[in-house]
Amino acid sequence: MIRMTALLGLMIPVAFAPAAHAQRGSDGTLRLIYHQAVSILNPYLSGGTKDIDAASLMLEPLAGFDENGHLVPRLAEAVPTVENGGVAADRRSVTWRLRPDLRWSDGSPVTAEDVVFTHSYCTHPEGACAQLAKFAGVTAVEAVDPLTVRVSFDAPKANPWIAFTGASAPILQKAQFAACLGAAAASCSEQNFAPIGTGPFVVQEFRVNDVATFAANPHYRDPARPAFAEVVLKGGGDAEGAARAVLETGEFDYAWNTLIPPPLQAELTTIGKGNFVTGFGGLVERIVLNLTDPSPDLPEGTRSTPRHPHPILSDLRVRRALSLAIDRGVLADLGYGSAGRPVCNLIPAPAEYASADTSCLTQDLAAAKALLDQAGWQDQDGDGVREKDGRPLALTFQTTVNPIRQDVQALVKSWWSEIGVSVTLRQIDAGVFFGSDPASPDTHQKFYADVQMYASEWDGTDPEPYLAQLTCDRIPGPENQWQAENIGRFCDPAFDAALARLQQSIAPDERAALIRALDTMVTTGQMALLPLVHRGRLSARANSLGGVVAGPWDAELSRAAEWYRIK
Amino acid sequence: MRRYIARRLLISVPTLLVISAVVFLVVDLAPGSPASQIPQTIPAEVRARIIEQMGVNEPALWRYLLWLRQVFMIEPLAALDATFGTAMAEGQARITSWQSRGPVMEVIAERLPQTLAVVGGGYLLGAVLALPIGIVAALRPGGLWDRGLGLVTLLGVSLPTFLTAALVSLLFAARLGWFPTAYDTTLRVTDWASLGQQVRQMALPVGVLALANAAVIGRYLRAAMQEVLPQDHVRAARARGLSEMRVVLVHVLPNALIPVVTVIALGLPTVFGGAIVTETIFKVNGIGAALIGAIRASDLPMVQTIVFLFAVLVVLCNLIADVLYAALDPRLRHG
Repeated sequence: MIRMTALLGLMIPVAFAPAAHAQRGSDGTLRLIYHQAVSILNPYLSGGTKDIDAASLMLEPLAGFDENGHLVPRLAEAVPTVENGGVAADRRSVTWRLRPDLRWSDGSPVTAEDVVFTHSYCTHPEGACAQLAKFAGVTAVEAVDPLTVRVSFDAPKANPWIAFTGASAPILQKAQFAACLGAAAASCSEQNFAPIGTGPFVVQEFRVNDVATFAANPHYRDPARPAFAEVVLKGGGDAEGAARAVLETGEFDYAWNTLIPPPLQAELTTIGKGNFVTGFGGLVERIVLNLTDPSPDLPEGTRSTPRHPHPILSDLRVRRALSLAIDRGVLADLGYGSAGRPVCNLIPAPAEYASADTSCLTQDLAAAKALLDQAGWQDQDGDGVREKDGRPLALTFQTTVNPIRQDVQALVKSWWSEIGVSVTLRQIDAGVFFGSDPASPDTHQKFYADVQMYASEWDGTDPEPYLAQLTCDRIPGPENQWQAENIGRFCDPAFDAALARLQQSIAPDERAALIRALDTMVTTGQMALLPLVHRGRLSARANSLGGVVAGPWDAELSRAAEWYRIK
Repeated sequence: MRRYIARRLLISVPTLLVISAVVFLVVDLAPGSPASQIPQTIPAEVRARIIEQMGVNEPALWRYLLWLRQVFMIEPLAALDATFGTAMAEGQARITSWQSRGPVMEVIAERLPQTLAVVGGGYLLGAVLALPIGIVAALRPGGLWDRGLGLVTLLGVSLPTFLTAALVSLLFAARLGWFPTAYDTTLRVTDWASLGQQVRQMALPVGVLALANAAVIGRYLRAAMQEVLPQDHVRAARARGLSEMRVVLVHVLPNALIPVVTVIALGLPTVFGGAIVTETIFKVNGIGAALIGAIRASDLPMVQTIVFLFAVLVVLCNLIADVLYAALDPRLRHG
């Protein structure tokens, strides 16, 4: 009994620790370092993670995402559901109710008009809003009363919570942005560099691509928060320098996106000044196999289009053999350390959508060789490379210039060589590879190579739009100026049919099952995409910084109101 | 002299126009697109619309003419507005960065102070250090001082700043913690403590740049001194029994400095261009860091404007160097 009391005595200060800091501005300065500096504080004009992160200190959506990808109310009183009457029974509209007494950081009240304005701001016909997809299918946003807003859709929506959720679609203040509609949006630097928000902080000073300072918002809805009086967000340098600034010198409290080589990860954490926080969202590093022929002998405009199926990779057995030859565990360990896990699927999270497929994780070179034999690829001249009908089994493998990717390329090349595949490696500058310039031959959309590797993910938690990128009509080609997302040119009517069912489906369980089935079809089923590593967001946190929850589904700073100094 | 300067200034106008066209086109034709900065999560149609609105798809000639107008008319007016509170450039489209959607000139103005402080400081300190290095080394060629300084300047010339900067940052800032690893551009010097902070954060980048500059200029000066030392007027000065100090400082150094001043003047534009690597490593976020960041993000208006301003400074500094040369060397003035 005495021991019990002693234990309780120990626990009491722990239990009340946050309460001890429960006073706005009591914890001094929060120092953040982003090696990619912040360019603008308006998510509707940027789309860049760093910019959305920084803006989330001021701007808030109606609801955000927690660490499991579930919606949590922010400016809304509650997340509308069918049960609480917020979502209409026919799923063609959703009604949000704002928290009462919400104030902007300039002291004026937040009303439904601000929400209505935000919609017209982003969907203005002369504008170029980066978050336009958030309002796809929205036919009207109306203020029912000063605190209630109704969003109507053109069709029943399985996921009616896309508009105004997450840090990429926050509410803007109508009074501030009223003159910034359409083409004028871009010239409103004053507004874009210091948006008035409802979040825990207000902009003090913003220097483009350098540093931003913020002060606690005097009108923040929780009178005890934020614990920090000031935030300094420094940009520049590189990921390693940022990690060292937190974990080695202790000059900063938090460093964003510090993906550094695993040995250095281990070295820096042993110093004991802090550790890495990792949030695993939807980011998957994958090898995409080109199912069409990229041969330079083909006339321009038909090269890498479905008019010419790939002479080697159209055979499922070859694709399966290439997958079998890869040891994904080794790639994850060597390239990413604690920020990577081997994976077989395109959709590794949230848990309800992730299929538990582990069939690709065991490397089997013998089985790979047997499959290639079966497919008719044999090494007839003894040079170590297989041939069929006089054509060598030779592939070009391209990716961006990036030390980790080059290591992975070398490893994959060695495994593929072992099963008799000759591999030529190419590296392309990321600005060109992802530049989607229709005139460049080196973009990932043009895919003038046999195999390429990169990482991708989707916005929000619902993977339906992400899977919809893999239908036959989303194949990039000259007819759409190479601006489409089905990079591997995968085309399967069964997939398109299942996707159409998913788009009609509303029942959560049925949707989850369909999503898992669609995912399996492209990955371990048809082997059109070879997922390699499920990548987490690796950020560095000083030991003295409390309240940090690694939530990959929303901006990393979107919960900075809850952060405090551990004393 | 005045006519000479006027003529040179007039010639520089067509020169700058040609440079502007070359800069604009070369940067424009470089591979890479600002679309690479738009995340993969944004659908292709939306990306295309964003790019369209930035004006990326307009014909290059049209964008060049627009940019020329902005560089030569709107931006100078905007600068006057900012200085005198007028509104001559109001409503005119200024050169706008594709990264921040804000005016390029404001970014440059924001970054000039730290670039001048760090890169300019490094240049100035380098030039000041070069004087004793060059003089002492030249006086006793092959002597102990000459060899020691020769080794140091050889290291300074041959070790690139991207290596020395990374090394000293790792050793003195990260490992030993004597200096900050990140330069704080918001620091305002108001008292002794903040002055100390400013000196501490400038020490490493300025030191690295000063070493490189002192080495180059010091070696020039040594060579120039050695050319002057055996000349007749120096011998005559010695024969008159002047002290060695006087001989060197009054009769040798001014003559040896003539070519060195030219070298220093010609190198001045590099101060504005910033030190890309050094600025990035120490997170000074000056103009050099802005330039490399803009190149990575394919932010063409920013790249074109910085490179062009750099070209303007090169032309101007060439002119200054020529004028200085004439001023320092009477033979050129009267010849």
